[in-house]
Amino acid sequence: MDTIILSIVVVAVTGMVLGICIAVAAKKFAVELDPRIDDVAGMLPGANCGGCGFAGCSDLAKNIVEGNAPANKCPVCTPEAVARIAKYLGQKVEESEKKVAVVLCSGTLSHSKMGAKYNGVLDCRSAVQLNGGAKDCRFGCIGFGSCARACKFGAIEVIDGLAVVHPEICVGCGQCAEVCPRKLIKLVPASAPVHIYCNSLEKPALRMKKCTGSCIACRKCVKAEPDKFNVQGFMVRVVYTNPPDESVIEKAQCPRKCLLTPEQHLQAVRDGVKKKEGAA
Amino acid sequence: MSSQTANFKGGVHPLEGKELTSGKELRIAPLFDKYVVPIRQSIGAPPTLTVKKGDVVKKGQRIAEPGGFVSVPLHSPACGTVGDVVEIIGVTGAPEQAVEILSDGTDEWDTSLAPIPNWADTEKEILKKRILDAGIVGMGGAAFPTHVKLSPPPEKNIDTLIINGAECEPFLTADHRLMLDRTEEVLTGVAIAAKILKADRVFIGVEDNKMDAVEKLSAAAGKYRIRVVPLHVKYPQGAEKQLIYALTRRQVLEGGLPMDVGCVVMNTGTAAAVHDAVVLGHPLIERITTVTGTPVVDPANYLARIGTPIARLLELSSGVKENPAKVIMGGPMMGFAQSNTDIPIMKNSSGVLLMAPDEVEQFEGNPCIRCSRCVKACPMNLLVPTLSVMVEAEEFEMAEQNYVMDCVECGTCAYICPAKRPLVQHFRRAKGEILARRRKK
Amino acid sequence: MEEKKNIKMPLPGSLVISSSPHLHEKSTVSGIMLQVLLCLLPAVLAAIWFFGLPALKVMVLCMACCMLLEYLWCRLMKTPNTIWDYSAAVTGLILALNLPSHAQWWLCVVGSFVAIIVAKEVFGGLGQNPFNPAAVGRVALLVGFTGPMTTRWVDPTPGALLGAFDAQTCATPLTLAKTAAGNADKMAEVPLSYLDYFLGNMGGSLGETSALALLIGAVGLFAFRLIKWEIPFAILGTVTVFTWIVHVVSPALTPDPLFHLLTGGVMIGAFFMATDMVTSPLTRRGCLLFGAGIGVITCVIRIWGGFPEGMSFAIVIMNALVPLIDRLCYKRPFGWVHSHGGVK
Repeated sequence: MDTIILSIVVVAVTGMVLGICIAVAAKKFAVELDPRIDDVAGMLPGANCGGCGFAGCSDLAKNIVEGNAPANKCPVCTPEAVARIAKYLGQKVEESEKKVAVVLCSGTLSHSKMGAKYNGVLDCRSAVQLNGGAKDCRFGCIGFGSCARACKFGAIEVIDGLAVVHPEICVGCGQCAEVCPRKLIKLVPASAPVHIYCNSLEKPALRMKKCTGSCIACRKCVKAEPDKFNVQGFMVRVVYTNPPDESVIEKAQCPRKCLLTPEQHLQAVRDGVKKKEGAA
Repeated sequence: MSSQTANFKGGVHPLEGKELTSGKELRIAPLFDKYVVPIRQSIGAPPTLTVKKGDVVKKGQRIAEPGGFVSVPLHSPACGTVGDVVEIIGVTGAPEQAVEILSDGTDEWDTSLAPIPNWADTEKEILKKRILDAGIVGMGGAAFPTHVKLSPPPEKNIDTLIINGAECEPFLTADHRLMLDRTEEVLTGVAIAAKILKADRVFIGVEDNKMDAVEKLSAAAGKYRIRVVPLHVKYPQGAEKQLIYALTRRQVLEGGLPMDVGCVVMNTGTAAAVHDAVVLGHPLIERITTVTGTPVVDPANYLARIGTPIARLLELSSGVKENPAKVIMGGPMMGFAQSNTDIPIMKNSSGVLLMAPDEVEQFEGNPCIRCSRCVKACPMNLLVPTLSVMVEAEEFEMAEQNYVMDCVECGTCAYICPAKRPLVQHFRRAKGEILARRRKK
Repeated sequence: MEEKKNIKMPLPGSLVISSSPHLHEKSTVSGIMLQVLLCLLPAVLAAIWFFGLPALKVMVLCMACCMLLEYLWCRLMKTPNTIWDYSAAVTGLILALNLPSHAQWWLCVVGSFVAIIVAKEVFGGLGQNPFNPAAVGRVALLVGFTGPMTTRWVDPTPGALLGAFDAQTCATPLTLAKTAAGNADKMAEVPLSYLDYFLGNMGGSLGETSALALLIGAVGLFAFRLIKWEIPFAILGTVTVFTWIVHVVSPALTPDPLFHLLTGGVMIGAFFMATDMVTSPLTRRGCLLFGAGIGVITCVIRIWGGFPEGMSFAIVIMNALVPLIDRLCYKRPFGWVHSHGGVK
């Protein structure tokens, strides 16, 4: 019985002494923190994706509160969340347009010509140091999914050796564009309905040999909607400040089928897989 | 030195494979119709092209001017006309600019560089200018401009010139043949470099599997006060820092250069090129390249012009017996696998190696079993297993703190790894990422 | 130029792109594991010679169990099947060599489960496990099933494979020494028949008894360059020195060093378990420290601890310290140290 009482007393006394120590330390070494930082951090998504350029959500919250970053800095936040943060801090923000990532390449394994057999680390950033992987095209998607691994939201899927963004999941944080060694992932307004899925700068004749899904700069789309496409050398891009609507696909009749909506592009990639499976 | 042959810590003993070509006489490649000369052939600023399509050039005529101090001019490998500037796939797979030279069949030297036969009495600045004008770069691999190497800052006291004839890469015998067939030229080149540097000691380090070359060099080296030192046969004996350590017991500190420990290291091929430039007045437009590998019908060493596509050399070797699994520019330990045979010979191309399918082992990326063979073998004494796990987890900062930047990519660890892990690729990636981050800051 | 047409050239698109180096040494992980198995063969034969077919049963059961469990795990986790790297077989065999010859079948199954699933696969499989699987298996059985693990020792009957095998229970020399500890008279009665101990003619686990067989296997390990000499050297050296000091100071507490080297799991532990590549340090100095730690802990447990034997405990404890040892004992890369006084 004595032992039990003794142990209870010992534990209780130790607890009290240590508790007092902690209390004193907490008072003495207290760091003044703006309580608003925690509140703002609570309103941010909390994915720590790094899309804002700061070291995670709480760092961004600190910078927003201190006025180093605007309330809409977080690319992931919905406009409502941004409005809430702004209201809380008494700031005003302009409406920011939601952006999504898009992989501007059609080079699935069925489309691209393979110049070699690749044996090595299955990572785009490693492959680009080693002859750029197995595909012949030096501008297209390598297909080892560095972007898919970088995406904290699981919005990128590699199908048939081509990374495809699911725009409905994508929050536009831009991490994928950051890691892509070929720089062919672009952040575009989510409202833009069509994209040209090719990033090659090569001469169209060479491009044609290397990938059957490549844009050959025939400019049919440009003729259909002259001010909504931008031609630089041999590369044709949608003008994202003034994007064409879906009807351009009908009007342009792209001979290489690389002027598509994201849904059609995803479908085309999946069809390619099915066709291959059917053949096998 | 206590032992007969100089040595360093770590290293491995890969299959040598040198017997395929070491006994064969040097062959001189004939004149081809077309040469594709890559414009950037050295470390540093790329030169700027000074000729345009349709210009008539002579063999050895300058076709590009250096783009800075660490840069060298470029010369036409043949007489003829300048063709298109084309984009080729470089050795590492990155796109490179190259200029085509269409040969007209004649073979006459451009005479703008006058021979300097009495080099012993010539100002060292004139000699250095000549080495620059001849476009000489390190021919062992790194392609560092030689005139820069020979111009150490005045506060560095250079007392030792080391000539690298180790040729520790298996299969390659280009330097071996050079030392045997052009002994006098190599030694003269070495003497010129020693004169420029005012070096007290001159070593030629040669692995002791080339004793014929050691003997031939020693016999002729006396008059130049050059010491020929046999080196223990081990890879990577010819790596710059390891070679300096083996010969002088000096360690080049991290981030340092050989000149920090009073040494300058030059390749034997470079020495021969220095001789040609000074004594004959010929710029660097050709080099000895080994074409070898078991699939090659008739492997041999060729004196080939810069810009010769490797396919032409393979044809001279009567092609292949069976379809190879790999075509490698350089040796098997540090060379780069190629996806085609259009790539041209460059100033630093020491060999073309073909490997048969049954010789090629696949990287499997199995997990590390921490057998620590790589730790023992790493010439830089890195903790390879820990580093490779860090890189796989993309913890580049941690890898940097654990000295990944000291990796010289010699391939020793990946050679010895029983799990066949692609270690060099991991480290190359990490170094690339870390350098990119540093540049951002 | 005529003959040029007949020249065969490499086909475009058929070439393999991979990082340098393009040469590899021939050894493979499965090859290393097979070599380890081969080196364990003398100990296996000795176990069968001394303990007969029950020993064979335990060994086969443990190996089969380990490989099956690894196969099932790979199927369950949908990862590539890894049993043909033979690491599970090595684990199973070493575990079996650590069990009593008359171990019940369920003891083998539980031990294999702990070794393969708990100690290896949940950490990510081969190469990722911080603890030696076989040692963890043995420790778990020792702690969880102390009775079956420590009282079923059988007196060895050399050469009695099938007939005339009457199992007689006996105590291991270490148990005798443990019970005698502190009592000088009893300690004097502990048999010190070193030749029997060296050959393996004593009670104990299957594989740990015959120092001779284990040493033959160790020669093989060195010949194949599978282990670092620093680890067994440090373990055996520390055990010798430590027990010698204790023995000299207080002979009643523990027998002499030779007794400690030849009995129990010191030999198999020093050569086959502590030297496990995955769970031992990378550097030479680290291995010396690691081995010394194992030696000290083993002796402390043997002399003052609650169990008569402490080898597997010591190995598991030191395994936990390996990452720390690796950090402590790593010298800097070439060019970071002024060794040999060569830098001027």
